[in-house]
Amino acid sequence: MTPVTAEMPKVVDRQGPSGTHRLFAAGNDAGLAEHVQTFGALPLHGVDARLIDVVEASGLTGRGGAAFASWRKIAATVDARSGAPLERKPVVIANGAEGEPLSFKDKALLAHAPHLVIDGLLTAARAVSGGQLFIYATDAGLPAVERALAQRHDSRSIRLVAAPETFISGEASAVVNGIANGPALPTDHRRRLSESGFKGRPTLVLNVETLAHMALIARYGSAWFRTEGSDRDPGTRLVSVSGPAGDRLLEVAGDAGLGDVLSSADIDTSSIQAVLVGGYHGRWVRPMGYRLSPTGPASHTVRPGAGVVHALPDSVCGLETTAQIVGYLANESAKQCGPCMYGLPAMARVLNSLAYGGRDPQLVRELGRLSRMVTGRGACHHPDGAAQLVGSALEAFSAEVAAHLAGTCTKRMGRRS
Amino acid sequence: MSETLHIDWTRCDGRGLCTELLPTLLDRDDWGYPLAKRATNGDRSNVAVRPAHSEAAREAVYLCPKMALSLANQVAGFGQ
Amino acid sequence: MDNALWAFGRVSGIISLVLFTGTVLVGVLARSGRPLLVVPRFSVTLIHRNIALLATAFLVLHVGSLMLDSYAKLNVTDVVVPFLGPFRPFWQGLGTVAFDLVLAVVVTSLLRHRIGPRTFRAVHWFTYAMWPIALAHAIGNGTNGTSRWFLLLAAGSAAVVVGALAWRVSANFLETAKTRQGGLL
Ligand code: SF4
Ligand code: SF4
Repeated sequence: MTPVTAEMPKVVDRQGPSGTHRLFAAGNDAGLAEHVQTFGALPLHGVDARLIDVVEASGLTGRGGAAFASWRKIAATVDARSGAPLERKPVVIANGAEGEPLSFKDKALLAHAPHLVIDGLLTAARAVSGGQLFIYATDAGLPAVERALAQRHDSRSIRLVAAPETFISGEASAVVNGIANGPALPTDHRRRLSESGFKGRPTLVLNVETLAHMALIARYGSAWFRTEGSDRDPGTRLVSVSGPAGDRLLEVAGDAGLGDVLSSADIDTSSIQAVLVGGYHGRWVRPMGYRLSPTGPASHTVRPGAGVVHALPDSVCGLETTAQIVGYLANESAKQCGPCMYGLPAMARVLNSLAYGGRDPQLVRELGRLSRMVTGRGACHHPDGAAQLVGSALEAFSAEVAAHLAGTCTKRMGRRS
Repeated sequence: MSETLHIDWTRCDGRGLCTELLPTLLDRDDWGYPLAKRATNGDRSNVAVRPAHSEAAREAVYLCPKMALSLANQVAGFGQ
Repeated sequence: MDNALWAFGRVSGIISLVLFTGTVLVGVLARSGRPLLVVPRFSVTLIHRNIALLATAFLVLHVGSLMLDSYAKLNVTDVVVPFLGPFRPFWQGLGTVAFDLVLAVVVTSLLRHRIGPRTFRAVHWFTYAMWPIALAHAIGNGTNGTSRWFLLLAAGSAAVVVGALAWRVSANFLETAKTRQGGLL
């Protein structure tokens, strides 16, 4: 389906890292010297709009959650340029605002491989003939990037902007709004950011991991990128695994098996009752034969979102856990859009009731009704994500739902009676 | 080309004028906000408007007290 | 002729004030999101707009006729800049202030799709200053201002407007207040 022939003229005369250990190949706290030694210098002068074809051939998708084809975003930004002599150059933003509480891969990437992210940002900027460049990250991620920028001379056009620690601050329009105007709240999506984003300019917002992959693709080409992963999900991705055994950051091949990911993180799958994949906007699945891929049938694949895998031990009630998450999401609503501002708290209340002792079978129907009601009705996908989470919980924990309605939940943690 | 009525949720306050003017397209939800009866690919922020309702839609755009509505010939959606 | 202008000036002022009172009341109703019995919401909004425009027309007639009148002898400066007139400058100045506010509110309302909701809303708030100022001007400046029937009319208008305002700030003002109150965590 995708052409695999397009390549940039090879400037880097070396092989890319083999195996799935790619983004952190330069080691922990990699400085510029280790970075260049491991990956070679960035062949920036050879990069232009042809990069779009290379990225298309690589099959790279966004690693921030939506898994949108990266080349399409870049191409849309290029297309939005008017070509007028005085036109304002596109703005490119590296998005490291990792609002998802279960995700820590972007923070780790900024801390240990900041030069790869900077390379990626400069590469993307060349491809779209970008002007202003930003790296947007929470306070935890900024110091390492600052140090990295101080080590190099090709990155003076990059400005660092601190992102607030809110769930929604990483949504693309919230990123642009936050950098341009202050409040990191999503804005109405009547016009695409690629047409009119930061101060009305064409704006390209890419996740920091996406950019890091792009920095490697610019060096080693699309064929190298596809040596890991599958046709429908090429390359590698970072995965933040959390669970009873603590947090583990992995880099896994695309289309990886969920069971393999869990065992790579030393999680005993026999003690796990369900896995939350994709984070708080994600989907609960029972650890069966699922594979992590942005595309594929829902019966066998689960979308990795921003690469979040959270294992729920046997001893914990999945409905209680979900109720807490939905309560959190309701609180994190930016309270701009009616259906989100009123619908999510309503969902949280009903789910709470179901999780903590309510026995009215209408509760389940009401949850379904509210989920359908909020879906597709917000300036951002926050309500859709919450509805998807709730829907998947009702499905994955259907036995528990029945037990709760019968008053026989065995896993109640005793937080409330 | 058919038109779409875009709802800017950051502006809409659920005052319900649009639901009165376009009863065939919009319901009101529990809190008064317009609820598209039919979703286009799960999107209920851009509502397809048939030519027969075009006039009423224009009126809704004009009368919405929050200026939350706009008519477009195509959907922008979440392309980012 | 002069007498006619003078009388017309007074009557149009009173009509304008009554219509503005109606505008404020219907405006508050529109803001609540409720229909008026069988009158749908969009009609309430249209009524609000149309009464306002009618009131403005009478206000323009009021000011215009008194500019032509040889007794009142308003000039252009008096119409725009308050507190400079020769006759009861304070009370007449209030009228000028109210007139300026009305102009600002009407112009921003007609242009609201251009200027966006923020400016529109901010300026629209001035209505709540305009109305009492206009009433004070009518009482202090008007020939009938202190006559018994006018004071009764003024007191009645003030009572309903204050009542509408009390409703406006009450917890159950919005049509959807009940469901929404349960809504936020
Ligand atoms: S949908 Fe919710 S989170 Fe998204 S912008 Fe609207 S209120 Fe904020
Ligand atoms: S008329 Fe405007 S404010 Fe009222 S419900 Fe419709 S879109 Fe929302």
